[in-house]
Amino acid sequence: MLAYIVRRLLYAIPILIGVNLITFALFFVVNTPDDMARMQLGVKRVTPEAIEKWKAERGYDKPLFVNADAAGLATVTDTIFFDKSARMFAGQFGRAEDGRDIAREIASRMGPSLAIALPTFVLGLFVAVSMALLLAFFRASAFDFWGVVLCVAMMSISGLFYIIGGQYLISKIWRLVPISGFGDGLEAWRFLILPVLIGVVSGIGSSTRWYRTIFLEEVGKDYVRTARAKGLPETVVFFRHILRNALIPILTGVVVVIPLLFMGSLLTESFFGIPGLGSYTIDAINAQDFAVVRSMVFIGSVLYIVGLILTDISYTLVDPRIRFE
Amino acid sequence: MSDALLSVTDLRLGFMAGKRALPAVDGISFAISPGETFALLGESGCGKSATAQGIMRLLPAAGRMLGGRVVMDGQELLGLSEADMRAWRGGRMAMIFQEPATSLNPVLTVGRQIGEVLERHRGLTGAAATERMVELLRLVGIADPERRLTEYPFQLSGGMKQRVMIAIALAGEPELLIADEPTTALDVTVQAQILDLLAKIQVDRGMGMLLITHDLGVVARMAHRIGVMYAGELVEVASRQAFFTAPRHPYTQALFEALPDISRRGLRLNTIPGQVPALAAMPAGCRFADRCPQVMAICREQSPPWREVAGGHAVRCHWQGEAAANGRTGNAVTELDIDPGRAFLEVADLKVHFPIRKGLLQRTVGHVRAVDGVSLAIAASRTLALVGESGCGKTTVGKALLQLIQPSAGSVRLGGNELVGLKGRRLRSARRHMQMVFQDPFASLNPRLRVGEIIAEGMAALGIDTESASHAAAIAALLKQVGLPDEAAGRYPHEFSGGQRQRIAIARALAVQPELLICDEPTSALDVSVQAQILNLLKKLQAELGVAYLFITHNFAVVEYLAHDVAVMYLGRIVERGRAEEILRSPKHPYTQALLSAVPVPRLDHPTAIIRLPGETPSPANPPAGCHFHPRCPMAMDICRQAYPGVTELSPTHRVNCHLAG
Repeated sequence: MLAYIVRRLLYAIPILIGVNLITFALFFVVNTPDDMARMQLGVKRVTPEAIEKWKAERGYDKPLFVNADAAGLATVTDTIFFDKSARMFAGQFGRAEDGRDIAREIASRMGPSLAIALPTFVLGLFVAVSMALLLAFFRASAFDFWGVVLCVAMMSISGLFYIIGGQYLISKIWRLVPISGFGDGLEAWRFLILPVLIGVVSGIGSSTRWYRTIFLEEVGKDYVRTARAKGLPETVVFFRHILRNALIPILTGVVVVIPLLFMGSLLTESFFGIPGLGSYTIDAINAQDFAVVRSMVFIGSVLYIVGLILTDISYTLVDPRIRFE
Repeated sequence: MSDALLSVTDLRLGFMAGKRALPAVDGISFAISPGETFALLGESGCGKSATAQGIMRLLPAAGRMLGGRVVMDGQELLGLSEADMRAWRGGRMAMIFQEPATSLNPVLTVGRQIGEVLERHRGLTGAAATERMVELLRLVGIADPERRLTEYPFQLSGGMKQRVMIAIALAGEPELLIADEPTTALDVTVQAQILDLLAKIQVDRGMGMLLITHDLGVVARMAHRIGVMYAGELVEVASRQAFFTAPRHPYTQALFEALPDISRRGLRLNTIPGQVPALAAMPAGCRFADRCPQVMAICREQSPPWREVAGGHAVRCHWQGEAAANGRTGNAVTELDIDPGRAFLEVADLKVHFPIRKGLLQRTVGHVRAVDGVSLAIAASRTLALVGESGCGKTTVGKALLQLIQPSAGSVRLGGNELVGLKGRRLRSARRHMQMVFQDPFASLNPRLRVGEIIAEGMAALGIDTESASHAAAIAALLKQVGLPDEAAGRYPHEFSGGQRQRIAIARALAVQPELLICDEPTSALDVSVQAQILNLLKKLQAELGVAYLFITHNFAVVEYLAHDVAVMYLGRIVERGRAEEILRSPKHPYTQALLSAVPVPRLDHPTAIIRLPGETPSPANPPAGCHFHPRCPMAMDICRQAYPGVTELSPTHRVNCHLAG
């Protein structure tokens, strides 16, 4: 078991290095520092001098991988790759265009992101599993049929509709909570309710339908027939037997996104004016702030890998067949 | 019938197809007394499992009760509310199922799964429940019950899982036990253990038992009375004695005649022509009429009424004659024992070892010796049966011969050419000489290809005959050879029955004109009457084409009927080999003897006492020291624990690896 986890962690190392290299290639080889400078400076102000100056200010004037002019260790450390990419492993992301330290910015924006994403995730999972269980319990009935129709309808509607519609109805017409913004401390909840609610509602359709399929697959299995043959009430059959088995694919399917909750949501945060990482990324893309975008891409990849490792570990926790192997 | 424990009267149930319920069980009646085993016998789809599920009111979602009465101990069960029914289910009536591997909940411990019955029906919890669980596990013959209670189903072997299922069924102290094909998924030696256990428990508790099976051998060993089902109806009910000595219904008789047996070697097996009528198109008269050798005009018009032949022996048939003297005995021509001739497939010391990797660096810490030094030889027109229980490595041998699995060591010579180590084009051209027919015809044919394409694919892959006109003719000829119509080429596999699919699989294998066909349990997924058709076909093809068979099987009846030579495998090695007569008539290895004796024989007079083997086959990752078989061998000696026995030649063809013979 421990060896298994350690092995998974060791596997992650070459993957992280690969991710780092690919990110670097995307940002500095496909799109050279000269291109970046041109975009940043704008068409009118582009002169060779301006470009050189722009690059020098940001350390983009160094060689990509090997600095032949430098001596000793500096041949590899005094390069763009080492400065901009390898340092990301140590959490050094450099500075944004506005001169702020990216690492510090990320740390301070993580809180608001999580404040939205975590309740949305937990509540959404709970609601979707409960709904799916209910549909599966009343399978092949009119309730089940119309439930599925509703799910399909809900998942067919764009997320933007829920956001705009929710803001219009709940904030503008009913004036229950503010349309957007964010507050400090306990005040924050008034700003959080609407985005969380809309996040849950917009995700319900697809996940309920998916979980219902998982439950129905379990309902047809032989061990369920055995449980019924024991004379157990249907509720016990569902909660003790079916739910436990169905949770294996459900849990392992959702664990992978848990670390990504830190990244926040691009759409929700920008529409509700939440100062989280999602809106940070959107703003950086709009401002063509490559240092920030690069950092966010790298962090996203790392978190995704962490999610995959957690998935592997969660298998061992919920499935005795893997735990004891 | 007032003393009956369970009486079923005119039970009718069906399955929804669109808006209509198609009757799968159509008006069957029977009764079971306390302490009696009533066997429902029939082929797949005849409604026997649906009957059992109907009695328990456990029909799948599409199932509907259409009428009838099920009375147990004076209480009508079909009219009970669902909540009241739950008090019976698992309590006074319990059920065990066919597939122990999937019938237990994989994520709950054994103790939990037994415990919930104790809690529900006996009100036992805590220490009292644990004590009772240990008792129950001991009762069903599970060693070290305290430890087993905390284990999960995947940690148990197949036989142990079925024992746990029985313990769960017994936990509610049932008066009626319904066993739905309880041993079909198990090996013969384990099957013998489970049948013994069921019989013993039944006698000890005076339980009534409804045994559902398709196996006449199991019926002969277990049943007091037998009901034969066909197409949703009971057609004959008889005591065990009458059933085996004087079966009256033509269908029952045909079932007996379809059984492969040593006395029928060289004969065509009797088959039942045609197929069971579809649920949606049941004939008005006797449902067996279209397939019946004794059919009369009245059969097509009127469903026959019950007719009492003797006390307790009733049959639903218009025909009142005796069965004509059939070919069951006598004219079995002994085949000319032709000299086998030069072997064209020679396998020497074949080994297939799978590495076991463990730890941080996934180092190889051992090997699963799936096949550990197997040698065999097959000549043209001969059939070698490779016999053994699940996990003995027989299927791996078949795959290693075809180089579908890379052998770890040894040689496979085909017509003098070494196959081991061949790659690419040369391996493909060598494969032309041998082909494989797999066990499950439902899974082994690509559902998205037409039958013609399935057959042509093999020919194209091996570069045979790419010209299209002769191609179609070749496919038609192949289909004709396996007894399928030409137009089958344009249809998809799902349009065919199991037996027809296996014919397609055989046609596919024959398409490249191989000299050797490796048949991996080709009939074990099929019904007896269909099995007979396939065995007949294989025999006919061998006579016509001179093709040799390596027949991988666990079914001794098939071996007796078809094989010239037999090799018995245990834990990756061949322990005994010889001519079929030598192995079947005078087996020398204790394992062969036990295997043969454990096979349930569909006759009243079981010739020899059953040799009961304790335990189950050990893991090939860690075989016992000395002779692999010694921990289970009733005749083990000191030397067996120390050294693996060498070969003893009993005759030029009969060899055994056993210290007793040396």
